[in-house]
Amino acid sequence: MRELTYLEAVREAMSQEMRANEDVFVLGEDIGVYGGAFGVTRGMIEEFGPERIRNTPISEAAISGTAVGAALTGMRPIVELQFSDFMTIAMDNMVNQAAKIRYMYGGKGKVPMVLRTPAGSGTGAAAQHSQSLEAWMAHIPGLKVVQPSTAYDAKGLLKAAIDDDNPVIFYEHKLCYPKKSDVPEEAYSIPLGKADIKKQGSDVTIVATAIMVHKSLEAAEELQKEGIEVEVIDPRTLVPLDIETIVQSVKKTGRLVVVHEAVKRGGFGGEIASLIAESEAFDYLDAPIKRLGGKAVPIPYNPELEKAAVPVVADIVTAVKETLNRL
Amino acid sequence: MTQKLKLPPHVKETELKGLYKQMWLIRFFEEKVDEFFAKGMIHGTTHLSVGQEASAVGSIAVLNEQDKITSTHRGHGHCIAKGATVNGMMAELFGRTTGYCKGKGGSMHIADVDKGNLGANGIVGGGFAIAAGAALTSQMKGAGYVVLCFFGDGASNEGSFHEAINLASIWKLPVVFICENNQYGMSGPVREMINIEDIAARAASYGIPGKVVDGNDVFEVMNGVSEAVDRARNGEGPSIVEAKTYRSKGHSKSDAKKYRTREEEKEWLLRDPIKLMAKVLIEEEIFTQQEAEEIKADAKKEVEESVEFAKNSPEPTLDALMEDIYA
Ligand SMILES: Cc1ncc(C[n+]2csc(CCOP(=O)(O)OP(=O)(O)O)c2C)c(N)n1
Repeated sequence: MRELTYLEAVREAMSQEMRANEDVFVLGEDIGVYGGAFGVTRGMIEEFGPERIRNTPISEAAISGTAVGAALTGMRPIVELQFSDFMTIAMDNMVNQAAKIRYMYGGKGKVPMVLRTPAGSGTGAAAQHSQSLEAWMAHIPGLKVVQPSTAYDAKGLLKAAIDDDNPVIFYEHKLCYPKKSDVPEEAYSIPLGKADIKKQGSDVTIVATAIMVHKSLEAAEELQKEGIEVEVIDPRTLVPLDIETIVQSVKKTGRLVVVHEAVKRGGFGGEIASLIAESEAFDYLDAPIKRLGGKAVPIPYNPELEKAAVPVVADIVTAVKETLNRL
Repeated sequence: MTQKLKLPPHVKETELKGLYKQMWLIRFFEEKVDEFFAKGMIHGTTHLSVGQEASAVGSIAVLNEQDKITSTHRGHGHCIAKGATVNGMMAELFGRTTGYCKGKGGSMHIADVDKGNLGANGIVGGGFAIAAGAALTSQMKGAGYVVLCFFGDGASNEGSFHEAINLASIWKLPVVFICENNQYGMSGPVREMINIEDIAARAASYGIPGKVVDGNDVFEVMNGVSEAVDRARNGEGPSIVEAKTYRSKGHSKSDAKKYRTREEEKEWLLRDPIKLMAKVLIEEEIFTQQEAEEIKADAKKEVEESVEFAKNSPEPTLDALMEDIYA
């Protein structure tokens, strides 16, 4: 099978959906001839024209709100929010409008939109362009939250997100953009709410999201050399969350490490840990659950500090060994 | 026919009685709501548009069935003018299942998407971009409908005003922004909050027309909005129409109105929009004084009946709590 990068996979999913359905269009800043800040929409304006690859002014409130209005009246807009940090400016439309319209209207009306946005640190862009704010969105009833880690997942999940009749926040980790994997040419859908076991193992379960999936797989490889078999689960979507797959894994391994890049305090790792503590898997736990997350600090500019702000492979290795009492 | 009754092409003389009835329906509905609110029979909060009926009825009178509106926190008049029944509205305010939003939206969120009412809004300025988005759908699908976006003088100081109107103007979206300038944003007098005489003048910075009309004269409103609607429908883009009017009551509950004088209130009362309309229609022999009284009585009866309807409607069961969160 041919390989695509994560970035190309996102583009392919959008293009295929746009070919299949006239109601799908993209709007955002610099997405036209420029091709988007990260190049995701590069070439799309040539195929689809400026009507459907809609270059907008720098107006996050207008972009997000326009998408809500268009979705409510029958279109299926995809917003490219240039950096996920700018959600602060689109927040009203996503939290007070998109998420609530259906409920407030007594089940009438729907808002089938996707807000795609690059998140995460590692590019030296510092505090206002490097955040991981997915827990904010996961907290809001009415929104769905997707965080693909591989090209294959990105393509299938984006199709599912576009087809979904609800507002979906689709986080693309910037460091995942160049990552390659086998991606089928035809359109396919990965259901929202279905976790993926990225590596089977029997000793410890790691639940990781976005770029941390890759770091966890690296850690698992190192640990394997010492005979430790790690199971790595990528929930892929936080809302809906496939807690069942995690429960089954923890029942098997008896140990759980949760890893995300977002600040640990109030982060989604706490949610997963609590769900396990409340589940039947609690009785199977042989060690306390460990949470790894970003430090409670704005992402700094200095590369060494930036690295130190979020979990690295060595942190994951250590955490796993701690749960096994192997330190 | 005298000068006074200059109707836009969209409004037939035969419709005038119906529009007059709408004015009274809005007035009686809101007075009833005010009474029940004082008695604690309706909870939450409500924002009444008593004294502003002409801007809602006059604006919406020039629309076609398939045209759409977005409304504000002060939206009862817009809902009724767009064809909502007082039964469904009263039931909503009572929180009953037969309400427009099954009792989940309340006064500030009444919507009737099927009939083109894309919703009232609890967020000041929340409707600007949604209206632009709905207009974008109309443009992209060639649907031919126009969107009216109601907003207050206070809302024009929100960032979303500038972003959405700018976007609508560069894309020539078929939307008309209607400012109901009732002189106050909560307690803030417009003269202290905005350093220009007319909010409509702000249109100049977006390269679109801005027009001021007497918001208490339903005919002036119709004519002003009609021109803007035609322009929008012809693909010439958005406009701002500012209707200068006054809200007779306080902002919402427990408003002692310390920020304004009783003299000012009395002055505006002399120009009550319903009385002004009746006067013209009698002078123009559209109806007699007698008929005018009958129409008023009909409206009153309809509102009384809506109270019975609401009181006799079922409360939602607790199962409804978790319904309609996702499509
Ligand atoms: C974003 C936001 N800020 C503040 C409020 C509180 N609030 C509700 S109505 C209102 C006044 C709005 O004034 P205006 O837009 O002139 O409309 P009017 O009430 O006069 O109809 C305020 C401040 C709100 N609901 N939303």
